[in-house]
Parts: sequence; C-alpha cells; structure tokens
Amino acid sequence: MKISLTVNGRKIQEDIQESMLLIDFLRSHGYTSVKRGCETSNCGLCTVLMDDHPILSCSMLAARADGHSIVTLEGAGKEAEAFAEFMAKEGAEQCGFCSPGLIMNVIAMKKELKNPTKEEIKQYLSGNLCRCSGYMSQMRAIEKYLQEESV
Amino acid sequence: MLKIQKYVRAESLEEAYQELIKNRNNQIIGGMLWLKMEDRVIPSAIDLSKCQLDSIEENENEFKIGAMCTFYQLETHEALNQMCQGMIAKSVRDIVGVQFKNMATIGGSIYSRFGFSDILTALLCLDCDVVCYKKGQIALKEYIHEPYEKDILTHVIIHKRKMKAAFECVRRSSTDFSVLNAAGALIDHQLRICVGARPHKAEMIEIEEQCDLQDILKQVHEAMPCESNMRASKEYREHLRDVLVEKVVNELKGEKA
Ligand SMILES: Cc1cc2nc3c(=O)[nH]c(=O)nc-3n(C[C@H](O)[C@H](O)[C@H](O)COP(=O)(O)OP(=O)(O)OC[C@H]3O[C@@H](n4cnc5c(N)ncnc54)[C@H](O)[C@@H]3O)c2cc1C
Ligand code: FES
Ligand code: FES
Repeated sequence: MKISLTVNGRKIQEDIQESMLLIDFLRSHGYTSVKRGCETSNCGLCTVLMDDHPILSCSMLAARADGHSIVTLEGAGKEAEAFAEFMAKEGAEQCGFCSPGLIMNVIAMKKELKNPTKEEIKQYLSGNLCRCSGYMSQMRAIEKYLQEESV
Repeated sequence: MLKIQKYVRAESLEEAYQELIKNRNNQIIGGMLWLKMEDRVIPSAIDLSKCQLDSIEENENEFKIGAMCTFYQLETHEALNQMCQGMIAKSVRDIVGVQFKNMATIGGSIYSRFGFSDILTALLCLDCDVVCYKKGQIALKEYIHEPYEKDILTHVIIHKRKMKAAFECVRRSSTDFSVLNAAGALIDHQLRICVGARPHKAEMIEIEEQCDLQDILKQVHEAMPCESNMRASKEYREHLRDVLVEKVVNELKGEKA
C-alpha cells in the first residue's frame, strides 16, 4: 500500500508492506537513532513524536502514520543537543542505547508539563527503561535542564 | 509474530463492519498493543482512525468517549476526573508509560474485557454503558458477561452522577500488571465495589451505604473469589483483596485508613 508522511520535515511517499511497523520504516530511511529494545511495548527505546505526541514506533503500523508528521532524534535538533549536554555533564549515559528514546520523551514532556515536580517527571518517563544506570544521573540531568531552560 | 495481510482504513462504521464480518479472523485494530503480542495472521486489519471516534464529548448528562480515545486522553481529561476525584486517571496512571498510554485505546481495552484490566475495574463502579455498532447500547455491568461477538465497540458512555470514587491497586514493580485491583464508588447512598485481576475479570457488587466493613467484606468474599496464577497465589490475592477493599471503603466514607 502507498503511504505519505512527513519525517523530520521531509515528505516521504512509499509503497510499503501492510505489516510494516513504523520503527522499521524509519530505520529503513536511515533514522537509526530509533532503537528496538523489547518485543512487548515496554521499554520506550523506540519513542518518536507523532504530531508532537510521544508514541512507541515499535507498536504502530507504518500505515497508521500515513498523513501524519513524525519527529525522530535526528530531527530534534537544538533541543536534543541542549539536553544531551546535560546528560553528558551528569555522566548519565552508560551504554547510551536508551538515550534516543529518553531524549524524545523528555522533549515531549517539556512541551507538555509546566514546572513538573519530581514525581510528575518520574510518572511521565516511567515508560523509558534503562538497564545500565539507576536513573539517578538522568534525573539530575533532567531537573537541571528544565531549570536552565525555564529561566 | 503478528502478520497483517490487508490494511483497511475504514471511512465509515458500516464499511468497517462489513469488512469485519467477511472473515472470522478479521480484526479491528485499536492501539494494536495487545494484538501485536499475538502470534497470528490477520487477513484484514481494520483501522477506525478515520471514523471520528477519538474524542470525549461532554453534555449535561454524560461523557461520551469514542472507542479510539487513548488512556492518556482519559487520564488528562479534567471534567471527567473532577467528577470521580481523579479515580479514572489513577486507574490508568501506571500502565507502562505515556507513549503506551498515547496508543492504548478504551475501545480495545473494554472490548477485550481482560481479567487484569485496571480501567475495566474502575469503569464498572461508575454508571457506565457501552455502545456497539450492531448490538446498540448496553450497561457495562452486563456487557462484561456477554460473549465476544463480531461487533464494533463505538463508544463508552459515563453518566454524570454525584459521587465519591476511589481506586487502588498493587503491582510488583511500578508499571507491571496489577496483581490485584479494587475500585469503589458511592452513588445515591449505594456503595459499588469492584475487584479485578483476581485474576478473573472484575465484578461489581452493590451494597447499602450503612453496611459496616465486615458485612462488606463478607459480600466481597462471596462474589469475588481469588485464584492463583504466575503473578500471585490465591492466598496473597485474598489478603490484598481485603486490604484494598478496606482502603477503598475508607476513602469513600471519608475515614482515614
Ligand atoms: C505490555 C503491556 C502491558 C499492559 N499493562 C496493562 C496494565 O497494567 N493494566 C491494564 O489495564 N492493561 C494493561 N495492558 C492492556 C492495555 O492497556 C490495553 O488494554 C490493550 O493493549 C488493548 O488495547 P489496544 O487499544 O491496544 O487494543 P488492540 O490490541 O488494538 O485490540 C485488542 C482486541 O480488541 C479488539 N478491538 C479493538 N478495538 C475495538 C473496537 N473499537 N471494537 C471492537 N473490537 C475492538 C481487537 O480486534 C483485538 O481483538 C497492557 C498491554 C500490554 C501489551
Ligand atoms: S522497542 Fe521496546 S517499547 Fe518499543
Ligand atoms: S545507558 Fe545503557 S540502557 Fe540506559
């Protein structure tokens, strides 16, 4: 079937297999920041934004993204860079495999929540798993990033 | 692995329904989160995202929730949660994460009537109906006992009532399935108590407000037995059931636990 969507501002039209998942579509177009970390919709590594809302690209048919706008880490530009700097300063990245998904969800959170409490941050990011860290360094990076950006 | 042979984005419910009944294995796809974990071939996967079922409409008497509304829409809807003191939001809050909740649909969840379902336990306590394309409107408390028929769940209707409501659950880790969940509502001096993930699907009983805790628990024991499965033993669940029901009742009657 034919689909037409926007990825990181670029229009793509393609004939795809009906079963194709959005994650595989994106990776086949070179957006390899989008990772698969589980088979059960649980880890959040595959997070991308669809019309500004964070979703799991591993669990959505590419067909459903037809007519929508997708943003991956490759298209997140300055915002992603700014946050990545805070992550680096806090030593939050170990293997780094979970980072693209986390960064995309932090960007979504920042758009949606005004001055979130620590509890609200944890709630919003509860679907982003990391098997290396204990989340403490990420939490520090996120809090500092939000503080800095709000002044 | 899930294999989809044909993808149909229906322009109308009639088109979706006609496609659904063409083959026994054809399926409506909601958030597809559950379907994706199944190992099956779907000859025709029917997407309802063009059928205008993705909003929560409010009028004087009810909230009319389209089947394609997501958990996150439910969680963040102010008026709906104001009516039930945030009980609906609480019931979906810990389901995996925001990305997941942006996809999981109320239609797929209520149609499936899973034993472990948190949202089913919560909604059963409210004055709630289900609307299906062919079957029409039916009370949720009856719908849970209906067989799984080929039909399209189009809306869930929550009637506006003055109420107190509460939801409690226990998970082994914060975003895992509930080992047990319980919900309650106090509407018109009637207590509605519901326990799910026993692991059987939720049931609801109605009790006079004056009943004391011992009476309530006695009725809960009779109507809502527990069993063992990989997640927890029968004994553990029975213990949780009594503790969670007590918590819920205390919240409804305004007493401190
Ligand atoms: C990893 C994981 C963890 C979960 N954890 C929890 C949890 O902690 N608590 C909880 O309550 N739930 C949990 N769930 C269940 C989840 O919340 C949803 O209830 C479930 O995914 C079904 O919703 P869906 O929109 O994904 O439906 P789908 O997977 O799209 O569909 C499920 C079934 O419903 C049918 N269907 C879908 N929409 C309609 C419709 N409108 N009319 C008729 N039939 C329809 C489909 O054909 C299919 O048979 C979990 C699921 C997963 C995969
Ligand atoms: S790959 Fe794990 S949630 Fe998508
Ligand atoms: S840093 Fe390795 S998974 Fe998060």
